[in-house]
Amino acid sequence: MVPALDVRDLRVHFLLDEGTVRAVDGVSFSVEPGKTLGIVGESGSGKSVIGQSILRIVPSPGKIVRGEILLRMENGQGEPTQLDMAQIESHGRLARSIRGKEIAMIFQEPMNSFSPVHTVGSQIVEALRLHADVSPQEARNRTVEMLKKVGIPQPEHRIGAYPHELSGGMRQRAMIAMALVCNPRILIADEPTTALDVTIQAQIIDLLKKLQEEFGMAILFISHNLGVISEISHEVLVVYFGRVMEHAPVDVLFREALHPYTKALLRSVPGIDTPVRSHLATIEGTLPDPYANIPGCPFFGRCMECEGRTVCRDDPYSLTKVGPRHFVACPRICVADFA
Amino acid sequence: MSETEVLLELTDVKKHFPIRKGVFKKVVAHVKAVDGVNFTIRPGETVGLVGESGCGKSTVGRMIMGAYRPTAGHIWFKPDGKQRTDIASAEPSEIRALRPYVQMVFQDPFASLNPRMTIREILAEPLVVNKVVRGRALEDRIRELVELVGLKIQHLGRYPHAFSGGQRQRISIARALALYPRLLVADEPTSALDVSVQAQIVNLALEIQDRIGLAYLFISHDLGLVRHFSKRIVLMYVGKIVEYAPAEPLFNRPLHPYTEALMSNVPTTRPELVGRRIILKGEPADPINPPAGCPFHPRCNYAQEICSTVVPELREIEPGHLSACHFAESLNLTGCDALGCAI
Amino acid sequence: MNEEQQRLEKYLNASTRQLVWWRYKKHTLAMVGLAFVVGLYLAALFCEVLAPYDKDSRFFDSVYSPPSQVRIFDKDGAIHRPFVYETILDIDMETQKMSYQENTDTMYPIKFFVRGDHYEFWGLWRSDVHLFGVDKPARLFVFGTDRMGRDLFSRCFYGSRISLSIGMLGVFMSLILGVTLGGVSGYMGGWADSVIQRVIEVIRCFPSIPLWMGLSASMPPHWPGLKVYFVITIILSLIGWTDLARMVRGKLIALREEEFVLAARFAGAGHLRIIFRHLLPSFTSHIIVTVTLAIPGMVLGETALSFLGIGLRPPVTSLGVLLKEAQNVTTIALYPWLLIPVLFVIGIVLSFNFVGDGLRDAVDPYSR
Repeated sequence: MVPALDVRDLRVHFLLDEGTVRAVDGVSFSVEPGKTLGIVGESGSGKSVIGQSILRIVPSPGKIVRGEILLRMENGQGEPTQLDMAQIESHGRLARSIRGKEIAMIFQEPMNSFSPVHTVGSQIVEALRLHADVSPQEARNRTVEMLKKVGIPQPEHRIGAYPHELSGGMRQRAMIAMALVCNPRILIADEPTTALDVTIQAQIIDLLKKLQEEFGMAILFISHNLGVISEISHEVLVVYFGRVMEHAPVDVLFREALHPYTKALLRSVPGIDTPVRSHLATIEGTLPDPYANIPGCPFFGRCMECEGRTVCRDDPYSLTKVGPRHFVACPRICVADFA
Repeated sequence: MSETEVLLELTDVKKHFPIRKGVFKKVVAHVKAVDGVNFTIRPGETVGLVGESGCGKSTVGRMIMGAYRPTAGHIWFKPDGKQRTDIASAEPSEIRALRPYVQMVFQDPFASLNPRMTIREILAEPLVVNKVVRGRALEDRIRELVELVGLKIQHLGRYPHAFSGGQRQRISIARALALYPRLLVADEPTSALDVSVQAQIVNLALEIQDRIGLAYLFISHDLGLVRHFSKRIVLMYVGKIVEYAPAEPLFNRPLHPYTEALMSNVPTTRPELVGRRIILKGEPADPINPPAGCPFHPRCNYAQEICSTVVPELREIEPGHLSACHFAESLNLTGCDALGCAI
Repeated sequence: MNEEQQRLEKYLNASTRQLVWWRYKKHTLAMVGLAFVVGLYLAALFCEVLAPYDKDSRFFDSVYSPPSQVRIFDKDGAIHRPFVYETILDIDMETQKMSYQENTDTMYPIKFFVRGDHYEFWGLWRSDVHLFGVDKPARLFVFGTDRMGRDLFSRCFYGSRISLSIGMLGVFMSLILGVTLGGVSGYMGGWADSVIQRVIEVIRCFPSIPLWMGLSASMPPHWPGLKVYFVITIILSLIGWTDLARMVRGKLIALREEEFVLAARFAGAGHLRIIFRHLLPSFTSHIIVTVTLAIPGMVLGETALSFLGIGLRPPVTSLGVLLKEAQNVTTIALYPWLLIPVLFVIGIVLSFNFVGDGLRDAVDPYSR
């Protein structure tokens, strides 16, 4: 099966006066239609840049310096073809026709993706008519239907509401409606529930799952919250310092994570097994200097398991298969003569 | 409860913010941010104050700090175990006299440190303005504080921009501890931090409590963290307390439907538990115009007729376990242990 | 310690002021603007030395002389150090048209630190040394002369001195008014805030030119130049303070609720400490930006008033007074160099704007 999205060795670098920030440095993954890939990482891991580069909206001076972003398309006869998003002009007509139509994105703060001076409904109608040849009446009907599907009560009435008139949860729903109105193949969700309360967050996750069943789009779900990731994803990518540390199906990752970084992350959140008031596991130290070019394991120096063995620092970074669909980038596990 | 020593006691505290409109600033409505809150903090213990955004938990914290004056009610504070003062009605001079005993750690580590002062100046400020120590002793106290929160002495001359979020939060804690407070109000102190850094701050806070023995009011939206921290928990919903109990019974035998729903909604890293989730309808009520009766009734799965008309009182259902639900005794709610616990 | 670490160490230990300066330095246009502004202020400060002639020296035989031609080739094509020829006024008796002929017999090289008109430098000492000039009988008019045969180059710098100092002084007075009233308004709030805001609104309702005209018309015509100068400054600043007051008020209201200010309050700091230790330092940079952007407004205001003949009057020399000479089309058509002071005005306004923009971008190193 041709995946909806196939990213190979993606490298996005920011060329600044002070040096080069390797925000994304050799990331590969693929998502199949109807599946969700969770991308989890802490701040500064480059997880958001991955999402931006797929849409080709990486802010300047970021550049895709290498890699392929293969998007599944269909030719006239309904046969699948692949389009390399990394090669197209980021401001060109093709990119614009793909953004919103084939790939849509939702963000943490919906206020930023709606214009405050137009009604929510008119913005969704506009998004729809930009990509599909429909009459105004038809567009309006489909907008109302979409608003209803995302669980906005009284959609015929709310279509005329301005963004500020909606609550945070409702705005997030409206943004999801706008993203899905053109029936995209891929939905990129960048921390869409981070600003929401847990009860609303649960509603939105529930909604996204239902909509995925109905529309069959692939979702790229970017978050720092391990719990949220584990609930929505089929597979998970753990990123650190622009690189994939571990890539595994969700049940494998949360039951038998192998990479020391993943394990440390999981341990640092108090759970039911954590005795109350006990010392939580922490990750000592800080992220490496953003301008550094680290050939080996970027987690070297903070890792509690490699005990400072130079193999980890010197062995070139590589992601190794350790089980069915389970990949780890840890020399301690993957290098045969680790001693 | 009367024989045990009480550090802070809130009795029926209310804070209604007027909404003014028009040229003459006429009051058109009130935001009932806090609407009748009672709880106590004993010396050296941690009380967790939990709720979703807009439930009034931060307002409670600021009222304890004397930043807002309550519309009604009393905030009795007894820092030295002898004389008690009502922060709600105290003169500004009396509040200033209480300052050293109650301090605050803020949510945003980037906004809570003055970017134009060095760490030394930031830490010296409370000591200098309260004329606690000076000269050599001042420098000694600053160094002691810096070491207590796990920072290096050679960083004292740096400005806040040189520090990461977690380090800034350590500085913030050090500043709050400078005057040997009896109570520390921590308003979402880790919500702006990455989880690995959050764990460091949590560990630090617990260590400090063990060493110094001060009390915490830990305000958070994160049930897991609150559970890890707190001896007793106050759960708020739209300005009112819905449940107030020691941590263990609250999590294992909740007596309010909101508690049950909230616990089941916490994202879990155990995918097999997700199916047991109680998805609530709608959104938290508007504190300007809360619904009649129980504020939670429009979202409650167990709501009956009485819930939309009669405001439920916060009642002691089991010893030390209070709930504001008409059916607290009869409902058989699922606790954390039965849920397999998401938290 | 390697270089990289040293650089990092330097950054980590830097104060806010250093961070602002480092960011400002990256802004090329702002650096050019800063160089121009500093250069012009220095020139204005030392204009007695810089100018080859006194602003009031009149050369009756060099009326409306065009800018002197500075040459390096003599009539035989040989190279010399820069020199000028003596010019002789020639009036066509039929058309009354004036023209200047060069006498190419003698070369007069441009010399440095020559003796010329006497002056009293800021009342400190008397001297007659000028930075550059030529020997008599030749004359060096870099920008030409006006209808009374006065050297425009010298007058431009004397004029900049007055115009720039009016800008500075006016802004300084608006600053005092603006910070005090804006501060009271923002920190106290309540009725004081309401009253001050209404006053600001009323002042801003007046159209500024008629208001200036009215105020300057009320000045007795027999007042000496210096008094007029001060009154004009006060008039300009009376109108200019409102922007500043609003900025200060807005910043104060925002900062009052900042967590670090709350933290200081909770630490027990009093009002004075909060104002002077936390609030003021936090927006001095914004005040500097606003002030920088306000100075060109003051300069333009003075120029406009003087140009209309209701501001400064000769013998006081400002850029506006100089431009008053170039008020009719004939003059401009025949003696276009009289418009050169306009270049000074444009230069001042542009440079201050560049400096202000650069500063605005640089003052918030924490915004990213």
